[in-house]
Amino acid sequence: MIDYSKVLSPAIVNMKPSGIRKFFDIAQQLEGVISLGVGEPDFKTPWVVRREAINVLEKGRTSYTANAGLADLRKEAARYFSDRIGVDYDPTNEIIITVGGSEGIDLCIRSIVTAGDEVLIVQPSFVCYCPIVTLCGGVPVPIETKAENEFRLTAEELRSKITDRTKLLVLPYPNNPTGAIMRREDLEEIADVLRRTNILVLSDEIYSELTYSGKHVSIASLPDMRERTIVINGFSKAYAMTGWRLGIAAAPCELTSQMLKLHQYAIMSSPTVSQFAAITALRECDDDIVKMRDEYDMRRRYLVDAFNKLGLDCFTPQGAFYVFPCIRSTGLSSSDFCEKLVYRKKVAVVPGNAFGECGEGFVRVSYAYSLSHLREAIKRIGEFLEELKNGTLQ
Amino acid sequence: MEKLLNLLKSNARLTNAELAVMLGKTEAEVAADIEKLEKDGIITGYTAIVDEAVYDPNSVTALIELKVTPQSQSGYDDIAKSIASYEQVESVRLMSGAYDILVSVTGTNIREVSRFVAENLAAIDAVQSTATHFLLRSYKVNGISVTADEKDERGLMFP
Ligand SMILES: Cc1ncc(COP(=O)(O)O)c(C=O)c1O
Repeated sequence: MIDYSKVLSPAIVNMKPSGIRKFFDIAQQLEGVISLGVGEPDFKTPWVVRREAINVLEKGRTSYTANAGLADLRKEAARYFSDRIGVDYDPTNEIIITVGGSEGIDLCIRSIVTAGDEVLIVQPSFVCYCPIVTLCGGVPVPIETKAENEFRLTAEELRSKITDRTKLLVLPYPNNPTGAIMRREDLEEIADVLRRTNILVLSDEIYSELTYSGKHVSIASLPDMRERTIVINGFSKAYAMTGWRLGIAAAPCELTSQMLKLHQYAIMSSPTVSQFAAITALRECDDDIVKMRDEYDMRRRYLVDAFNKLGLDCFTPQGAFYVFPCIRSTGLSSSDFCEKLVYRKKVAVVPGNAFGECGEGFVRVSYAYSLSHLREAIKRIGEFLEELKNGTLQ
Repeated sequence: MEKLLNLLKSNARLTNAELAVMLGKTEAEVAADIEKLEKDGIITGYTAIVDEAVYDPNSVTALIELKVTPQSQSGYDDIAKSIASYEQVESVRLMSGAYDILVSVTGTNIREVSRFVAENLAAIDAVQSTATHFLLRSYKVNGISVTADEKDERGLMFP
């Protein structure tokens, strides 16, 4: 019999599965669980986009596209970046249409990081950065952001982690799970630290359209920063297109030309039907974005207020579709809180430490759910806290 | 105002306190906004959306198209108003196109509705003809989907 332990790559075998697996399994086996646990929109993809996909299928346009993606889509993407973040990219060689923002992140890290390189990763954050860095032989160096700074990265925190082996900073704002954003003045401080270095920035801006106070600012738009920044964006969150698997990576051509080699060998080209539909999204769906954002915004205000009233401190996030209340006042760890809550009240939320150790003491609550769903969940969480307090929790 | 209206259209039972939180306004401001919407005749009432088919499975609703001869003084107004005064009538609307007035009527059974049309609508002198359409199923009413909630196909948890 084959001994798989001898044939599998140790780098993969040693890769930790995602920290939410356990809760997912518990929630899965219980009846009647209501979840606040997902990271994808509850809206459907705008109808014009779906209709365009149907058209494309009817016409049988199902072959591969150019490796970097349809020329028209890259042109629209370049227009989008110019419009939204004020940075110009050449659609012929500075933009790659990827399989979700996920692939863009992978291409970026693998094109840059080699053995011994240190990669600064702002935490709490999305779960994919560390494993990919480790796979490349790099060393993930967490930078822990703090609730009292509204989970923004400060120049001081950044400076204290830079060594002469630092290769890349992962800057994931608007942030999953905290909902934090970086304002222009915050980014300017970061840019000041990076400007005279060779450190690159992976700016994961997948939630850029979900910014609730003012306009999203990209670090790539600050002086001297375009040349050292890889911007990752995509269609999943802004256009409610998670299942279409489409993202955009934009960077100077010295970087994209390398990333494109990897994309070419691993992927060939991103899904063709999705690419055609995405052209329609970029051309026609600005209004849909605004409508969805307004709806998220009302839910965000509702949840922040509700958690604070329940006695769980919750700063007002300015981006994405998560709130990140602090649950320390309950005396429970994040994991215990989530486990008890799902068993006793059948509400699933994600423990903050799934997004890095500094997320301990918090839970991530998604508001990609209808208001009536959120109200029911808040009611149950209220009962849970009450019963915890007077010791009647079953 | 548009956001406030949309919230109320989706759920008129939200309290002023809840509305205020969601709109980033004070409760007093929300109360004033609602009062203005009511005073200006923009909000004309608050009702429950009842799924009659669940409440009374035998009940029937019909949409009736009427071709009407307009009256010399009042045009369609007097006829529309007199139709509207029947309790069974849920809505009366003047329409452009192939017919003039659209009436919706709910009754406890088909015979009752048919009789209402024959005796109370078709009998009006100015009504030239009627076409009655019985409603089979509602999917969306007043902007609210009334079919059983679509299943959430997303997983329970995702990073
Ligand atoms: C911060 C962040 N980046 C990237 C992604 C990847 O999204 P996709 O691959 O669907 O574009 C996600 C998804 O949850 C995310 O939260």
